[in-house]
Amino acid sequence: MGSKSDFENSLRTLFTRVFGETCNLESFRRLSGGASQETWALSGDNHAAILRRAPGGTSKARSSAAIGLPAEAKLISAANKTGVPVPDILYVLSDEDGLGDGFVMSLVEGETIARPILRNDEFASARRILAGQCGTALADIHAISLDSAPSELQRSDGLAQISQYEDIYRSFDAPRPVFELALQWLKANAPAPTPSVLVHGDFRLGNLMIDESGLAAVLDWELAHIGDAREDIAWLCVNSWRFGQTENRVGGFGQLEDLLEAYNTRAGTDISPGDIDWWEMLGSLKWGVMCMIMYEAFRSGGDASVERAAIGRRVSETEIDLINLLEAAHA
Amino acid sequence: MHDQPSVSELVQAVKNFIDETAAPNLEGHAAFHARVASNALATVLRDLEQRPARETEEAARLIALLSAPEDSELETLNRNLSEQIQAGTLTAETPGLLAHLKATTIAQVEIDQPRYSGLKTAKT
Repeated sequence: MGSKSDFENSLRTLFTRVFGETCNLESFRRLSGGASQETWALSGDNHAAILRRAPGGTSKARSSAAIGLPAEAKLISAANKTGVPVPDILYVLSDEDGLGDGFVMSLVEGETIARPILRNDEFASARRILAGQCGTALADIHAISLDSAPSELQRSDGLAQISQYEDIYRSFDAPRPVFELALQWLKANAPAPTPSVLVHGDFRLGNLMIDESGLAAVLDWELAHIGDAREDIAWLCVNSWRFGQTENRVGGFGQLEDLLEAYNTRAGTDISPGDIDWWEMLGSLKWGVMCMIMYEAFRSGGDASVERAAIGRRVSETEIDLINLLEAAHA
Repeated sequence: MHDQPSVSELVQAVKNFIDETAAPNLEGHAAFHARVASNALATVLRDLEQRPARETEEAARLIALLSAPEDSELETLNRNLSEQIQAGTLTAETPGLLAHLKATTIAQVEIDQPRYSGLKTAKT
């Protein structure tokens, strides 16, 4: 929508709306992260901010599970009030901005890419305390009042997610016996539900801003929903999100006991590592189906890129993780 | 028909071109896609080399597990297996099922992503 200079003019006007009439936008650049949303770094007159908006300035949630950017902005503000480390929401786009759906937030410095966080010396002391910080932050997210949460949030517990992902998997008519066994095992061994809380939905390296002191901000709230607290804890433990550091169950950097000690202390709960196992298996299955969805974009002709084609050969990563988890459950 | 260069040699030559000539001249998103393309060709080379023997072993295991006819097609066997797991007639407790799925998945990951951490876990 619009030409390049229209876009630049819209950004200039936006910058004055956020920071005041006398503030000139001096530079803007697209940040590489964020495959589903556009992220732009804006700066000028000693102000800096991040614009997060829908691709190409559209105004639609990218999938049925995503809550949409205006709702995401409301949720980040609610999380801020509960003490979760998040950027400040400075401005929510409206039609007159001519930039589609989105919002402007404060710039939080740090690193989101997993490999440097897990390997570089500058993050060594952060890695030692990060599991506990994640436990505290997750407890604070789960303490956000459901009354203050945006109405766009859907309810989705473990069994509903099994059913949702099974439907998608079956629609591809590409049978995978390991997925069949995981589906049946998960249904037969489902844990009793716990009281519903606000779930972030994608809490893992890549969506967390990390600096030398640890967790600086929780980002990417678009998959938030109302569900089971254990889902968030387990998603961070899924082997795909340990980025090769399998021995560290929490995100490749920490131990689950440390995360749970901080979580249980803050939330007044009594969750044990064994309570996470079922949800970790569900997480691996979900990521496997998500890889199938991304490959389907290639197979159906929608996206001809080599990246979308090749991701179909990563589904087997989740299958071997499922095998390892099923074996452990039957040891 | 001749095969000089063979399919494997042609794929290897294209991979060499991406790695040594194209990728060093690319930046940003295009450089990322060149890496993905090179990795995809490495998967193709492993697939060409390993799949025939691994699929023969997989079919033999499935014929035994399902008591299926000796000349069954692999795709038919896997559909049959999937249906029986879905119906609950085969479960994680069924002797030989987990072992078969593990052997098949190890063979698949060794082609697809041989450096994946979960593969090492499965093999130890």
